[in-house]
Amino acid sequence: MSDPGRDGRDPIQFIDERTAAAPLLKKALRYLFPDHWSFLLGEIALYSFIVLIATGVYLALFFEPSLAKTVYHGPYAPLRGREMSEAYKSVVEMSLTYKAGLLMRQTHHWAADVFMASIVLHLMRVFFTGAYRKPRELTWLIGLALLFTSLLEGYLGYSLVDDLLSGIGLAIGYGVLLSVPLVGGPLGVLLFGAAFPGKGVFESRMYIAHVFIIPALLATLIGAHLALVMARHHTQFKRDARHTQRRLVGVPMFPGQAPRSLALMLAVAAVLFLLGGLVQINPIWQWGPFEPWLGTNGAQPDWYLGWLIGALRLMPSFDVVIGHYTVIPNPFWGGVAFPLVVLAVLAAFPWVERRLTGDRTVHNLADRPRQAPNRTAFGVAFLSWIFLVFVFGAADRLYVLFGVSYETLLTVFRVAIWVVPALAFLIVRRLCRELQHADRVEHERELAEQEAARQEAELMRRREPVI
Amino acid sequence: MKLRQGLLAGVTLLYGRRRRRLERERRAEQGRADAEQGRADAEQGRADAEQARAGAEQAGAGQVGAGQAQEAASAAGDGGGGGARTPARIVPPGLPDRRAEYLVVALLALAMLFAVGFIVVYAEYSPAEMPNQLLGVCMGGALGFAALALAVFGRRLVVTEEIEEDYPQENPREQSEIAQLLHESASRITRRRLLLGAGAATGGVLGLAGLTPVLSLGPLWDTAPLDYSPWHRGRRLVDPHGYPLLASEVEEETFYTAFAEGADREDIASVLVVVRLHPSELRLPEGREGWAPYGILAYSKICTHAGCAVALYRKPRFPVVEAKPALVCPCHYSTFNPATGASVIFGPAGRPLPQLPLMIDPSGHLRAAGDFSGRVGPAWWGVREGPPT
Repeated sequence: MSDPGRDGRDPIQFIDERTAAAPLLKKALRYLFPDHWSFLLGEIALYSFIVLIATGVYLALFFEPSLAKTVYHGPYAPLRGREMSEAYKSVVEMSLTYKAGLLMRQTHHWAADVFMASIVLHLMRVFFTGAYRKPRELTWLIGLALLFTSLLEGYLGYSLVDDLLSGIGLAIGYGVLLSVPLVGGPLGVLLFGAAFPGKGVFESRMYIAHVFIIPALLATLIGAHLALVMARHHTQFKRDARHTQRRLVGVPMFPGQAPRSLALMLAVAAVLFLLGGLVQINPIWQWGPFEPWLGTNGAQPDWYLGWLIGALRLMPSFDVVIGHYTVIPNPFWGGVAFPLVVLAVLAAFPWVERRLTGDRTVHNLADRPRQAPNRTAFGVAFLSWIFLVFVFGAADRLYVLFGVSYETLLTVFRVAIWVVPALAFLIVRRLCRELQHADRVEHERELAEQEAARQEAELMRRREPVI
Repeated sequence: MKLRQGLLAGVTLLYGRRRRRLERERRAEQGRADAEQGRADAEQGRADAEQARAGAEQAGAGQVGAGQAQEAASAAGDGGGGGARTPARIVPPGLPDRRAEYLVVALLALAMLFAVGFIVVYAEYSPAEMPNQLLGVCMGGALGFAALALAVFGRRLVVTEEIEEDYPQENPREQSEIAQLLHESASRITRRRLLLGAGAATGGVLGLAGLTPVLSLGPLWDTAPLDYSPWHRGRRLVDPHGYPLLASEVEEETFYTAFAEGADREDIASVLVVVRLHPSELRLPEGREGWAPYGILAYSKICTHAGCAVALYRKPRFPVVEAKPALVCPCHYSTFNPATGASVIFGPAGRPLPQLPLMIDPSGHLRAAGDFSGRVGPAWWGVREGPPT
C-alpha cells in the first residue's frame, strides 16, 4: 500500500503518514450502531443543533444587541414612527426587509423547538429502556446538563428580541432570579446593573451568553456526551440469541449507517426549513416593542418553558416572611425549586434505582418498558406530574377553548397533579405486569408449538423407513 | 417400491414448502462451508472471513435468494482462497441495482432543481414581495430530495451488514497500574497533606483573583438600586403622552397608566395604575386615610409576584351579582382588590401592590402625597415590607 510514488495523491495514505491515524479511522468506520428507530431521537437533536448553529450565525450578522432607543421607519406600516430598541428594530428589519431573513429566523425558532422536543423524547427513550444504567450514568448526567442548558439557551434566545412577549418573559425571569434565597437580590442587581429592566446592559450580556458562552458549553457537552456513547457503545434490544450483555450486534458506521444518518440530517434540516417557510412562528412585528408597563393577555412562552409558567401559576399565594422581612418570595417555588427537583430526581435516579433493586451489574441490553414495571410506572407518574403542570401553564387558553373558568381549572389541577401520578403509577405497574404475563404465556405457547412440530418431524422420520 | 414412491411424492407435495426451505438452508450451509474454507486459506485473518460468512448468512436468509447465496459465498471463498493475490473482502458483495442508481441520480437532480429554485426566487423578488413560503419550500425541497437520495442510496446501493463484536470491558490491570503509579510517584513526599492543602489553597485564591474583574459588571452585594423610587410628596402624575393627569379626567370602571413626571418611563418604580371607585366602597388598610381623594387610587403597576405589568382590569358588567372590580396580572393571574389596598384575592402573588398616596393640587392635577406603601415589584430575600424608611 505504501507506495512512495503515489505520495500526496492517495488521501488515505497522505493522512495516515502524517497522523498514523489509520487504525483509529478504520475502527471509527466500522463502529457498530444497533438498529432501532428510537436510537435516532438523539441524532435528531444533534442535527437540529447543527441547523441552529447555521441559522444562528446568519441571524447574528443582522442582530443589533442594544436597547438604545430608535424610531422605526421601515415598510411595516403599523410600527412606523414607533419608538423601540435597536434590538427589536433589527429583528423586525431582518424579518421584513432583508431577503430570506424571515426564513432564517423562523427556521431558527422552529429548530429550537424541535431541538428541545427531541431531547425530551430521547431522554424518555433512555429512561424507559433503562439505558442510563451502569456503565452509562455519566452519559445520562451530561444529557441532563444538556437539557437544562438548552432550556436556558432557548429562553435567552427569544428574550433577546425585546418584543412585548419576550420582554414579559424576561420580567418573569428577573422576578424568579430575585426570588432565589440569599443571593437573588444582589445577583439581580449585578446582572441587570439596576432594577429591571436596568440601563440596557443586560441585553449585550444576554447576547454574548446566547451566541457564544452557552453554545460553546453545549458543543462541549455534546462532544463529551458522544465520546462517552462511543466509549461504551449503545445499548441494544434483545431481538434474538445473538444480542447479549457482552456481544453487540449492529450496522457498521461505514458503509451501512453513514448514508442513513446523513439522510436523517438532511431530512431534519428539510423539515425545519419547510416549517420555517410555511408555518409562521413568533411574528414579533405583531407584538410591538416591550415597555415594562405594558402587558398582554393570553401570552404563552415557547412550549419548553410551559412547565415553569404552569408551576408559577399553580403555587398558592404566599411569600415566606419573618416579621417584616421577606425570606423566600413566591416565584422561587415554581421557577427555581420545581425544575431543580425535577433535575435532582432525574440525576439521582440511576443511583436510587441501584440502591432499591440492589442491581449493580453492567447493563448493555436495553429493557423493554414492561420488563421493569416499577421504573416504568414511576417514569410515567413523574412525567404525568410534569405534564399536568405544563398543561396548566396554558390554563387561560383552556378557558378560551373549553369555557371552564380559570378558578375551577386551578382547583382541579391542584388536586390532579397529585392524584393523577399516583393513579398512573398503579395502573402502569399493573399494565406492565399483565404484559409480562402475556409474554410468558406467548413464550410457553411457542415452545409448545415448537415441541409439537419437532415431534411431528420425528414421527415422519420414523415412519419413512417403514414405508 | 411403487407404494413407497407414491407416498414420497405425496409427502413431497404436502411438505414441499418445508422441503424447499430445507433445501435453501442446506445450500446456504454449503455456501457457509465454502466461506469457512476460504477463511482457512486466507492470510488476512479471521475478521475478514467472518464478513464473508455474514454475507453468506444474509444471502441465505432470503434477502437475495438461495442461488445468490451460493454465488456470494463462493465469491467470498474465492477471495479468501486467493489471499495473497487480492485481500479477502471486508464488505460483503451485493448485486448491482442499476435502477436504484438512476433513481438516486434523479432525486439528486430534483434536489439541485430546488436549490436553483431557491437562488432564482431569492434573486427575482424584491425584499417587500419576497414569498417566504416559496423560499422555504425550495430550501426544504432541496434538502428533502437530497435526504431521499441518500435514503435510497443507503437502502438499495449499500450492503447492509449486521456485525457482532464484544462490548468494551473494564480494564482492572490498568486501573491498578494507575493506582500504583500515583502511589509510587508520591512515595518520596513526606508532608503530603500539607502540600496538597497549600496547592488547593493557591488554586482557590488564584481562581478568585481571576474572577474578581467580573465584579465590574455591577455593584457587588448591593440591593440599594432595587429600593429606588422616584416618588415623593408633590410629584405630579403624567399620562403615557407626558401630560399631567387631571383628577376630573379619572372615571370609574376603567383604569389609567400614569408615570412620575420627569422620571424614566422604563423605571418600574415610576409606573402606576390609577383607578377610581366610589368612596363608599373603599376599605383601605389603617393609616391610609386620605390616600384616595374622591375614590381615586394609585398602585404600582408592577406585579409583586414576578414583575409583569398588571395590565388587566376586571370591570363587573352587573355589579350586583358579579365579582368586585379587580386588577389582574395576565402572566400568572394574580388578582388584587383595589378597594382594600390591592390585597391579593387570587393567584400566586404573596403581597399587595404598593399603594401611592394621592392628593389633588389647586389646579386639579393629581400629585403624590408621599412614597409607596411598600417595595415595588418582585420581592427578594431580606427585603423589608411596609413603607420605605
